[in-house]
Amino acid sequence: MNFRKKGNVAQSIPTGSMADITFLLLIFFMVSTVFVRFRVSGIIMPKAEKIEELKKRRHINYLWVSADRKIYIDDKLADLDQVAGIFYDRRVKDPRMVVSLKCDYRAPYGLISSVMEELRKADALRINFATNREG
Amino acid sequence: MALQRREKSSPEIPTGSMADIVFLLLVFFLVTTTMNQDKGIGMHLPPPGESKKIQKKNICNLWVNVNGEILINLEQNIPLNQLRADIEQRLAQNDKLIISLKADEETPYEKFIDVLDEVKLSGADKISLASPSE
Repeated sequence: MNFRKKGNVAQSIPTGSMADITFLLLIFFMVSTVFVRFRVSGIIMPKAEKIEELKKRRHINYLWVSADRKIYIDDKLADLDQVAGIFYDRRVKDPRMVVSLKCDYRAPYGLISSVMEELRKADALRINFATNREG
Repeated sequence: MALQRREKSSPEIPTGSMADIVFLLLVFFLVTTTMNQDKGIGMHLPPPGESKKIQKKNICNLWVNVNGEILINLEQNIPLNQLRADIEQRLAQNDKLIISLKADEETPYEKFIDVLDEVKLSGADKISLASPSE
């Protein structure tokens, strides 16, 4: 019986284009990445269906209301009577400012309504009730 | 004179580790990435001190109490899942209708957003947010 040695077949996966694919993915992630600027822990936002995305991030200002009735502007604790002053200054600097109200789903409406009244005093009239998408 | 031929050095940039570097960057962006997360229900507040007289027939009052129960025009209790259809019907009858949304001081924000979402979904664009003290 003649056992012939089989010819060696190269079994390597071609990796030549690996770098190209990775570059493509890298560029995608670099372009779509937005870094979280402010974060207040423990705030769970409600869900809604009819929501819109805020495009221009540089015009967005954040106001947080926690379940334990605390108000944070960006990520710093603030009093209700400071809200109008702070947002008035910001409104003067950026007339296209939008205030994103990031309120906890358990927060009382009375406090949020008071915050809105303060924003009206500061002439910060464009607001957005931040929510997560339903489902 | 014996001229010695110089050895040619290859002027290539070594690209062997390129994939590794790119992978490292890719992993960094994959981990840190958060897609555009600023979304919500947009509203335009009225300027301070502005009050307009509106005919009673053009207002639809919605009250949300602490338990999330909805009272429409102070007479009819309506479940949340029927609210959209009800407002759509009212808007079809009167396109000047303004929805005045009012919630109790202690109503949880979630209940208020649920109602506001339904109102927005019904296609109403004139929405007034009344403060609880009014």
